[in-house]
Amino acid sequence: MRPVLEITNLNVGFPDGTAAVRGVSLQVMPGETHCVVGESGCGKSVTALSVMNLLPRGARRSADVMRFHDHDLTRMADRHIARLRGDKMAMIFQEPMTSLNPAYTIGSQMAEVLERHRHVSRAKGLDRAAELLGKVGITAPGMRLGQYPHQLSGGLRQRVMIAMALMCDPELLIADEPTTALDVTVQAQILRLLKSLQQQLGLALLLITHDLGVVARMAQRVSVMYAGQVVESADAKALFAAPAHPYTRGLLDCVPIPGKTAPGEPLGSIPGVVPRIGEGYVGCAFRDRCAYAAPACKGEIPRNRLSPDHETICTRSGA
Amino acid sequence: MNPRSISTSLGLLIVGGVLAIALGADLLAPHDPFAQDLSQRMIPPRWMDGGTPDHLFGTDQLGRDYLSRLIFGARISLLIGTLTVVTSGLIGTTLGVVGGYFGGRTDDAVMFAITCRPAIPLILVALTVVALIGSSLTVVVLTLGLLLWERFAVVARTTTMQIRNLDYVAAARAAGASTAHILIREILPNILTHLIVVATLEMALAILLEAALSFLGLGVPPPLPSWGLMIAEGKDYMFFSPWVIMVPGIALFILVFGINLLGDGMRDLLGVSARR
Amino acid sequence: MIEVKNVFRHFESRSGLFSERRVVRAVDGLSFSLESGDVLGIVGESGCGKSTLGRLILGLMPPSAGEVLIEGQSLITLDRRERARLIQPVFQDPFSSLNPRQRVREIVGLPLAAQGALSAAKQRDAVMDMLARVGLSDAMADRFPAQLSGGQRQRVAIARALVLRPRIVVCDEPTSALDVSVQAQILNLLADLRKDLGLTYIFISHNLAVVEHVATEVAVMYLGRFVEHGPAAPLFATPRHPYTRALLASVLTPEPGVPIPDVGLGESYPDPSNVPAGCRFHPRCPMAIDRCRSDTPPTEPRDGRVTECFLAA
Repeated sequence: MRPVLEITNLNVGFPDGTAAVRGVSLQVMPGETHCVVGESGCGKSVTALSVMNLLPRGARRSADVMRFHDHDLTRMADRHIARLRGDKMAMIFQEPMTSLNPAYTIGSQMAEVLERHRHVSRAKGLDRAAELLGKVGITAPGMRLGQYPHQLSGGLRQRVMIAMALMCDPELLIADEPTTALDVTVQAQILRLLKSLQQQLGLALLLITHDLGVVARMAQRVSVMYAGQVVESADAKALFAAPAHPYTRGLLDCVPIPGKTAPGEPLGSIPGVVPRIGEGYVGCAFRDRCAYAAPACKGEIPRNRLSPDHETICTRSGA
Repeated sequence: MNPRSISTSLGLLIVGGVLAIALGADLLAPHDPFAQDLSQRMIPPRWMDGGTPDHLFGTDQLGRDYLSRLIFGARISLLIGTLTVVTSGLIGTTLGVVGGYFGGRTDDAVMFAITCRPAIPLILVALTVVALIGSSLTVVVLTLGLLLWERFAVVARTTTMQIRNLDYVAAARAAGASTAHILIREILPNILTHLIVVATLEMALAILLEAALSFLGLGVPPPLPSWGLMIAEGKDYMFFSPWVIMVPGIALFILVFGINLLGDGMRDLLGVSARR
Repeated sequence: MIEVKNVFRHFESRSGLFSERRVVRAVDGLSFSLESGDVLGIVGESGCGKSTLGRLILGLMPPSAGEVLIEGQSLITLDRRERARLIQPVFQDPFSSLNPRQRVREIVGLPLAAQGALSAAKQRDAVMDMLARVGLSDAMADRFPAQLSGGQRQRVAIARALVLRPRIVVCDEPTSALDVSVQAQILNLLADLRKDLGLTYIFISHNLAVVEHVATEVAVMYLGRFVEHGPAAPLFATPRHPYTRALLASVLTPEPGVPIPDVGLGESYPDPSNVPAGCRFHPRCPMAIDRCRSDTPPTEPRDGRVTECFLAA
């Protein structure tokens, strides 16, 4: 089976000299959820935005391979990628309020997507919108179509965003922190919805998140990003069972788990801060915070294949 | 260098230049701006027929050196601009910050004052004041200063209302800080950048209004060399000696243009840094 | 230590010039007390009134009715300096809780300066001592907030809160704006400081896992009231209120293969300007019975725990 999305050696640099993404490679298979997890500034959102060709002005992007199905995204003209966007590849963002236009009703915004990409009539667009609102678990979709974004709660708005992303039957859905702005009970509802839709429709889902709990419950594959690199990538079960990179382990130790971590006892934590990564940075970016740092960590870092499904960038090979 | 920074630099150059001229007027002016010489009346500027090397911009109807009067006039313009902005800035900022921070009835009163202010006709007030107590530099500054504060008040009020709700103000209150401390140390420094932009706009306006008042005979009294007064005194001669109004007119245009360029540039600069 | 007696806080809001006034019931008749040395974790979703409650306890906002007592003294009778010596806040967003135009030493020194009792030299020493305690080097004292990372800023905010050695600290979502690894650092620091300085915390959070980790006592807040309130360990072991159970079920632990829970709360959303009659949770409750729609649920404690639910008994 061929991947829906394939990225090899993606690099993104910003005008101020920061290297936001450094040599990222990842693949998303049809019907698979691939989670990119990392802390703020690790480059996970920039990776998603480069796929959609939505990087801020001045950013430089290069990749050996960046392919969506048969479309070579590295060579395509901007307007051709724009035509794919919202059609075969769709994206949902963290804050649904800023992604919806407050001046238009939900229905007209949803129908417009179909008008733009499929040139169908407004009436057909509204029918499709109502059908999808029902599918994302919104009761009385007919009423919601006539409402404006501010009349909906945060959870409902995110459901609308998801429905809107599904208007043109996308094959790839990129979700950037889709539940971070939501309450915990709503988060669970939205994630359940995403998961069931994905299974029903055979969507490939690229899910960007900082929350390891979300990763564990959603992902088949995981890429852990740190300072612009994928430091570990693995099958989700393997990653949580045997995290190999010291950063992944540190991250897992930081999270309090009810019933597992003893209340009141100190949590594991990662000392120090993320270094500023400029172009041409050599060595492991985690070495100053790592308990296992060795002189070799200042040189080129080897890529270790621990199993066919499990890779890490660390000098402690087979760690 | 992008066009924005070029125009900002130009503004800075003009305002800085006029400021330097005003400060160094005693050294720079070739003649005494008040010295009359009726034998040397209405000499045209040097580059025109009949001009002399002694008077670069010529002389006026009383034989006073026009360049020297222009140089000393810069002093009056900037002095009035600055004093007016300081007066109106103090009034407007105080009202705006107090209204914005306390809200409720206090804010209603401030809003009422802000709404009423533009209904007061500036020229009529100036006319009345001059009729009652005569014209002087102080009268001009106070008239303009007491009437041009509403833009400061509007900006100070809205920015204060935004900052009032930030957590560092809550933290200062919880820390036991006095209201005076909160207004002066926590809020004022954070709205200052916005007020500076307003100040440049108001300064340009004040300088133009002073010229207008002086032209109408309501501004600084002769023989003080104000640019507006120079235009007023020259208006009877403008058909035969157009330079008498063109020289101060162009000077006025350049200074106000420079201040506006600077204000625009500062707004961009401060706007970007405020966005972090 | 702290006693909250039947406190209400209502806000009036009007959406348009001629539209009717709506009353937002942010805090709706809360009573509780907290012993010295305890950590009260207050959990709830956005709009439940937890931050308003925090501000009432800090004295930043007067209650519409009822009173807050700290060490037996009514909060409104206290002078601002006395109040500052008793209770201090740590806020969520370290970007907006520090004045961008002040240096760290001024920010941390503010509570001391407001007391006005110390010499400049003594104040400087106290600030430096406090910075060292929260793990910041001397060099940080001359920095501006923009030059610090999120975690460092939150340390500065903690130093400011503790420099007067208050008895109580109200932490309003102190780690929600931080990365996971930094969150752990800050939680550990807060725990250490509590032991060293004998502090009492009111810890407001939407994150149940974090509250379970830090709290000795837990209150679950819903539309302005504590729907369940009691000692932490038994409450987490045997949650009695359906809302508490839903919240606990929604915590996504990093365990792969476990399905995403069905919290069963439906799509309706709590609105503090339109609090339902009877049990305020009944429109979302999967087990609501007729009685829940009309009668006010019980408020008496059972084995040290209050559960405002008919079905919990």
